[in-house]
Amino acid sequence: MSSTVSARAPQQSSTTPGAGQTPAPGRRRPRILDGWGLLIVPLVVFLLVVFVAPLVTILSRSFTDPTTGLDNYRDFFSSPVYLDVLGNTFRISGLVTLVTLLLGFPYAYLMTLAPPFWRGVMLVAVLIPFWTSLLVRTFAWVLMLGDTGVVNQGLMSLGLIDEPLQLIRNQTGVLIGMVQVMLPYAVLPMFATMRQIDRRLVQAAEGLGARPISAFWRVYAPLTVPGVAASCLLVFISSIGFYVTPALLGGPKDMMIGELIVQQLSAVLRWGFASALAVILLVVTGVLLVLVSRIVNIGKFMGGER
Amino acid sequence: MNTKLLCRGSLVVLVVLTALYLVAPVFFVIPTSFNDSSFLEFPPKAFSTRWYEAYFQDPAWINATLNSLQIGVWVTILSVILGTAAALAMVRGRYPVKALVSGLVLAPVLVPYVIIGLAVYAVFLKIGLTQSILGFVLVHTALAVPFVVINVSAALVSFDERLEMAAMSLGANRVTTFLRITLPCIAPSVAAGALFAFITSFDEVVTSVFLAGPDVSTLPVQMWSGVRVQIDPTVAAVSTMLLLVTLALFASAGLVRLFRARRLAKVA
Repeated sequence: MSSTVSARAPQQSSTTPGAGQTPAPGRRRPRILDGWGLLIVPLVVFLLVVFVAPLVTILSRSFTDPTTGLDNYRDFFSSPVYLDVLGNTFRISGLVTLVTLLLGFPYAYLMTLAPPFWRGVMLVAVLIPFWTSLLVRTFAWVLMLGDTGVVNQGLMSLGLIDEPLQLIRNQTGVLIGMVQVMLPYAVLPMFATMRQIDRRLVQAAEGLGARPISAFWRVYAPLTVPGVAASCLLVFISSIGFYVTPALLGGPKDMMIGELIVQQLSAVLRWGFASALAVILLVVTGVLLVLVSRIVNIGKFMGGER
Repeated sequence: MNTKLLCRGSLVVLVVLTALYLVAPVFFVIPTSFNDSSFLEFPPKAFSTRWYEAYFQDPAWINATLNSLQIGVWVTILSVILGTAAALAMVRGRYPVKALVSGLVLAPVLVPYVIIGLAVYAVFLKIGLTQSILGFVLVHTALAVPFVVINVSAALVSFDERLEMAAMSLGANRVTTFLRITLPCIAPSVAAGALFAFITSFDEVVTSVFLAGPDVSTLPVQMWSGVRVQIDPTVAAVSTMLLLVTLALFASAGLVRLFRARRLAKVA
């Protein structure tokens, strides 16, 4: 269902919630709240209590626990250990985004060219991991990538390697796991963007004498930029908040900020510091989201996706 | 032309490998779960269902499963009610600070779950809602409700409101019109939202890890602890069962859609 929703969304973007609610200037609003409008109240109250209030609590806690002031933030920004974690977070997220783009772009592109049956097969291949539990997939990687896992055994029996490669508990493992999680989120919106593109433009360029490769890069590719850029940013944003995959597939050197939050809380009970970390992560996420919303309607991109 | 063929060829190879990469781990778990060895070797040397037996005989796993089902059902009910109402308001209603409210409704999906987990844990610890079914239900509902809103509001946007006017001009009141005209029309999307909501809750690990404890745990938390430190082979059996259930759910949802589309095509 996600595919149809996100594929159909572009035409509706002006009517989806989140876009175009502000009435045209000069037009007087008859009432500020009407009968239908009242129906939003239960959800807003619910989210204010269950979601916003707790966030406000940790925000205040990050400034007050254990002492009032900026100590927690000062600790973070003055310690190379913690800054390394932030660096890891950005580096791994950047790499995940890059690999996702390199694999996802050709995938989405071929989907637009494939005949309906094969397009369906490709769509199912994207949707299957999308639907299955993240934990199940990460668990599968743990088994597959270990020293005695199927990947190393296979490569060794083919004679390609002599001793098992270190594929887990390091950055490679995190990348393999995270890219697999993020790929569907990149492929689906890229496919939705690409199939809006009029292929006759490429034909026209070729008809005018452009070589197919330059027609692709100079006519087709630029048209995909808004969709691709938005997908990349969303992949990056989701990646920086990851916890499960890096915790299971990464090593101690690849700790990301999500893991550090949990570690600071569960191992040393530094509530204030964990809260400050959460606030930093939240601010980074928020700033990036504002950037995305400049490019694209986020509601449209989220269309029915998990 | 040859270069074009070469390009296409390498593109196809790359895509086939990517597709395998996407799907392989999902199906890898299934044969592995029937391993006789606790090292979960692949391919299994001997067939056995001992990890399935281990699952069904361990009250910790069974309780966690029952908790997850119970939480999932409550989350589905709550988020369908809250989300459908909100979608109606967002598409048709008028209320102040609309853009801000839309942002608020989408926010739980966009904020990293670790942050939500930490924040909610801090509050729930004080009011005694950790390790309680209600605590899980509240958090999971916040995470699941955006999917209901997105699905239902998409359906409402494409719904032809003239049908309602027709019903009302024929004498139906607002409530009857909603229950007998609008609701049946948007029902498939509400159902899709409900399915997403249930699965969001049933799969949720991160926030649950914060809230769970020895007294009340959920299936993903149980799995998490079975992978985190040392691999408990039972997780392979649980994973396989989860996979089959999820795939069956989505496949049946897909078939229903296909069937409806066929029927609509026939009518048209």
